[in-house]
Amino acid sequence: MIWGVLQFPGSCDERDALHACTVATTGLGAIGRTGDTSSSTTLRSRLVWHEETDLSGFDGIVVPGGFSYGDYLRAGAIARFSPTMTAVAEFAAAGGPVLGICNGFQVLCESGLLPGALLTNESTRFICRPGELIVGESDSPWLSELETGERISIPFKHQSGRYFAPPEMLKEVEANGQVAFRYAEGQNPNGSLNDIAGVTNEAGNVLGLMPHPEHAVDPLAGTTDGLKIFRGPDGVTVG
Amino acid sequence: MISVRVLIRPKEGILDAQGKAVESALPALGFEGIEHVRVGRIVELRADDDQRLDELCEKLLANPLIEDYEIEIL
Repeated sequence: MIWGVLQFPGSCDERDALHACTVATTGLGAIGRTGDTSSSTTLRSRLVWHEETDLSGFDGIVVPGGFSYGDYLRAGAIARFSPTMTAVAEFAAAGGPVLGICNGFQVLCESGLLPGALLTNESTRFICRPGELIVGESDSPWLSELETGERISIPFKHQSGRYFAPPEMLKEVEANGQVAFRYAEGQNPNGSLNDIAGVTNEAGNVLGLMPHPEHAVDPLAGTTDGLKIFRGPDGVTVG
Repeated sequence: MISVRVLIRPKEGILDAQGKAVESALPALGFEGIEHVRVGRIVELRADDDQRLDELCEKLLANPLIEDYEIEIL
């Protein structure tokens, strides 16, 4: 897979995300493993500056974590208007796999590509710690390497991660099987409705989640469960 | 040009974590008998006219899922 990882002013997890894409696709770069160094996908996956509008040639897009535009106004509110987000919407409409992590999840919600909104954590505090998720019933390609009900370990790292959707919208998200991940019992770190940690669009090709799979790709980090998410859309065709 | 002030607040019924934090700090500072603190924000701007102010609020200044806004022409 050839990946494009967006980079806004204020992004901070884009290099980890690109690394995770590379490790997931080629095995290259993971400590203690040998990868396919000849793979051209390794070289062609790259960061995409937020002013770029041509995403042709990419097989998957990641909207990374961080603090795009300083998170002024609301997290993700201004990044939504970046030139590249129009291209991301087109890429998603064509069936392209799009993954939004943390701030990227907020950007996708603000863009209307995903349902709901992310509010300040109930505690108002920034949290950063290991945590566990339960895989939902979604049949999203992002979950193709995971089983419904499977428990995975993915770090939590955010201050505005409280998932909210108005009652009708929440009902639809649940009924459509759009809940990709829930926080494991007793681990909801932010007051998210229905323990929701990640949702997809109706088609399933766009996934957003607050926890950070890109920080869970190397045994040194204590978990490599993130790789299962990044490997999910392998083989999905765009357009 | 007109001067405009937009008041944006969390929707009623949504837990306002900031408001709650402020409220819970008040007793320690000796303020008693204060409740239901809500924290929003004010955006001031100047515009040629008021034609697209609602659209501006819906699309950028507020997120209608979680926030209410009031437009005041000064």
